[in-house]
Amino acid sequence: MADFLLELLSEEIPARMQAKARNDLARLFAESMGAAGLETGAITTYSTPRRLVLIAREVAEATQASREEIKGPRSSAPPQALEGFLRKTGLGREQLEERDGVLFAIIERSGRTAADVVGAAVKSIIADFPWPKSMRWGAGSMRWVRPLQGIVAILGEEIIPVDIDGVSSSATTVGHRFHHPGPITIGGADDYVEKLRACHVIVDQEERERLIREEAHAAAAEAGLMLLDDEGLVVENAGLTEWPVPLLGRFDADFLDVPREVIVLTMRTNQRYFACVDQEANLAPAFVCVANVGASDGGAAIVEGNRRVLAARLSDARFFWEQDLKLPLEEQAKKLDQIVFHEKLGTVAAKADRIARIATWLSESGAVQASAPQVERAARLAKADLVTGMVGEFPELQGVIGGHLARAQGEANEVADAIADHYGSPAAPVSIAVALADKLDTICAFFSIDQKPTGSKDPFALRRAAISSIEIIVGNRLRLSLTEAVRGALASLAPQLGDDLAVHRLDRTALEILDFFADRLKVQQREAGVRHDLIDAVFSLGGEDDLVRLLARVAALQDFVETEDGADLLVAYKRAANILKKEKWEGTNSGSDGDLAAEERALINALDAAEPKASSAIEAEDFTAAMAALASLRKPIDDFFDHVTVNDPDPAKRERRLNLLMRFRDAVNRVADFSKIEG
Amino acid sequence: MSLSFQDLILTLHRYWGEQGCVILQPYDMEMGAGTFHPATVLRALGPDAWKAAYVQPCRRPTDGRYGENPNRLGHYYQYQVVLKPSPANLQELYLGSLIEIGIDPLKHDIRFVEDDWESPTLGAWGLGWEVWCDGMEVTQFTYFQQVGGFECRPVTGELTYGLERLAMYIQGVDNVFDLRFNNEGVNYGDIFLENEVEMSTYNFEVANTDTLFDQFRKAAAECERCLEAKLPIPAYEQAIRASHTFNTLQARGVISVAERQAYIGRVRDLAKAACGAWMDVKGYAA
Repeated sequence: MADFLLELLSEEIPARMQAKARNDLARLFAESMGAAGLETGAITTYSTPRRLVLIAREVAEATQASREEIKGPRSSAPPQALEGFLRKTGLGREQLEERDGVLFAIIERSGRTAADVVGAAVKSIIADFPWPKSMRWGAGSMRWVRPLQGIVAILGEEIIPVDIDGVSSSATTVGHRFHHPGPITIGGADDYVEKLRACHVIVDQEERERLIREEAHAAAAEAGLMLLDDEGLVVENAGLTEWPVPLLGRFDADFLDVPREVIVLTMRTNQRYFACVDQEANLAPAFVCVANVGASDGGAAIVEGNRRVLAARLSDARFFWEQDLKLPLEEQAKKLDQIVFHEKLGTVAAKADRIARIATWLSESGAVQASAPQVERAARLAKADLVTGMVGEFPELQGVIGGHLARAQGEANEVADAIADHYGSPAAPVSIAVALADKLDTICAFFSIDQKPTGSKDPFALRRAAISSIEIIVGNRLRLSLTEAVRGALASLAPQLGDDLAVHRLDRTALEILDFFADRLKVQQREAGVRHDLIDAVFSLGGEDDLVRLLARVAALQDFVETEDGADLLVAYKRAANILKKEKWEGTNSGSDGDLAAEERALINALDAAEPKASSAIEAEDFTAAMAALASLRKPIDDFFDHVTVNDPDPAKRERRLNLLMRFRDAVNRVADFSKIEG
Repeated sequence: MSLSFQDLILTLHRYWGEQGCVILQPYDMEMGAGTFHPATVLRALGPDAWKAAYVQPCRRPTDGRYGENPNRLGHYYQYQVVLKPSPANLQELYLGSLIEIGIDPLKHDIRFVEDDWESPTLGAWGLGWEVWCDGMEVTQFTYFQQVGGFECRPVTGELTYGLERLAMYIQGVDNVFDLRFNNEGVNYGDIFLENEVEMSTYNFEVANTDTLFDQFRKAAAECERCLEAKLPIPAYEQAIRASHTFNTLQARGVISVAERQAYIGRVRDLAKAACGAWMDVKGYAA
């Protein structure tokens, strides 16, 4: 038993690829060992910007020897059969054993040494490593994420020879690029981590992450500030450094005029800095950068350099911000007719116009309780920031920038909020109207030009838009007919599509969109633990396109079918439905009513009582009461099945009883289509 | 005293000259990046070894700011180094050049941050980094994988230093026009400020777009004539001309988003065809 160390030293590995590379390395190594039958203990992997490292504990000394016996042809078989067998086994005739007239090949494999297995594994892992993007370099032909510079492969104390395209394994690596550029000789798995630490390399990424987290917080605290946590930045900086040193710097407080999101974003995405806030949670004019060196001057030059880079970036941002402030959003919005939304769907100006129309309808119809003039204003300005310099620089801040500009230019807060929030799933009424209108328009627009999602392809993110729409409608309990909303949205596309096209297709497209919503609703509700068959049971009643009511109904149904009454009634329903199906019973008008069995009478009475109760409960949207009305049928229908023969020899009785079963089935179906319910 | 702008160039020339590079002069055509120089694009193709370093003036009409922005210029300089095949110690050689120009890597934070390079107009791409010095991008470092649509075998290593940024950093200057150009009192603004003002005005307001569209068409047509005549170098020059004309048209704001891709595609086709012709003329296998 010996421990195995593998270090693959390369030029800088992109930070974002390191986590997957560690997992792939561990997995591929374990698979290779498994396939070869070489036992190992725990496998650990590490990464730094320049190294991928694997340590496998307690690797067995060799694989087990094996003996395999392959049965061949009879010794009397024709020569062709024997030749084929010899070819297959790679043996000569004299090596075969004969028993009872049958030839056998005995294949004996001696155990392979660990060095042999591990060496072969390393070679094939390097050759086939699944980097998201790999490259060639120099005059060679091997591929790695960036040029591979060295391989340390040591099993116990023995170097495992690996040679790939001129890169050979050894016991030598290098330390930190600047602190310790010279060669270091590694003894093995046990001294590797500590030897590198002595050469300014912290091999374990989790240790670097911890260090960055703690020291960045400490640097902020020392300045009387608090760090804005950003775990993504912690991991990224750990992937960019072998010897991380968080340093706090300050920038000119004048820049704080620029919207906070812009400052935080440019610090994070362009510079990988952490932002800080003061005790009142206001953004502080400070940043924490993570250097990869313990600088000789304590980091003063590094902080000063970073401060200047940030100042240049922020002055650029401030320039755009001040330019954008000068032009009212209303004027910016006029430029939207220069931007194509989609070649078949007109410009963004046309889209804004459609959003305004749909949003206004949402407010005027009472679906959203918001001021219609505010909704229209917000909708018309919602996309205006797309032509601002600021969004040109920071596309991720679309909406956010518009919101800031609107506020600074004196728009009502509701309008500014709606502009800022309309890309997400907001909660304020004006914002809701604009956000929902935008998403409905996007879905309807792309469906109307046959660009609907198929399989894994959803280039316009329509599934996401539908889910967001559902969340907005359900989360805010918006009462609206989805059919009406979709038809309205489709109708407003007429100018872009040409009237005839839109009008001819309206019905078909509206149905497709409603089906699409139904599917998305099931997906979304499944995550919330709602049974899709129950959604089907309510959907298939038809005409239910008020999602709030639909889900209330589904919830009541789910509660009901999970009770004993519900489960039992479902069984009775299925039995009734099966009988009717088997008899292909469509119902008749006649049928004697003399000579009723007591259970028949009881069921009729129960139905007489339950039907109006269920109807009025549904009318009043009291679905729990509707379910209670159904529950009252449970005993009568059970008694009926227990004591009454449906297929009575008397045709009049049979007809009457089938009609009664049909009445029972239909009464249940008016509450929900129980045939869709599973179980 | 820190290096003046011209001493920075001289220092890099001496350093890369010592590494075996031929020190070339700028190409005498308008181009958006040092990569466009035939000493990079054409020499990256085929099997022959090649080492060169040169300064290339770059014109990016849309980046002009009338001399009002301390960090943006419509005309600036890149220092370009190409080494083929890329040597195993390319990073060390590069870091050596930083030390040479006065950047102490134990006092400053030098980092290699992922940045994959792609030039849609050249049909070229490579993997590498942007090199950060204290958070500032000072160099683009790329291993070419493809140029003109052809696989690079062997691979060329390309280093592109942004000279103004680097000089601003070394001199501790916040405005590019305040850079010391030499040590005799001449600064960058004395030489280039008026140029920035006039060229921004020309590129954004004055350039005759009809003439430019015409130039684009003529350059494309001339490129094709050269290709028929099996003259890859003049053909490539016309591709460069078309590329710059397109850039100016963009600055004039007369190319829509939809058209933009078509123009880029046209330039790429010309550049690729010129590269293909170069491969043929040199007898390189694709």
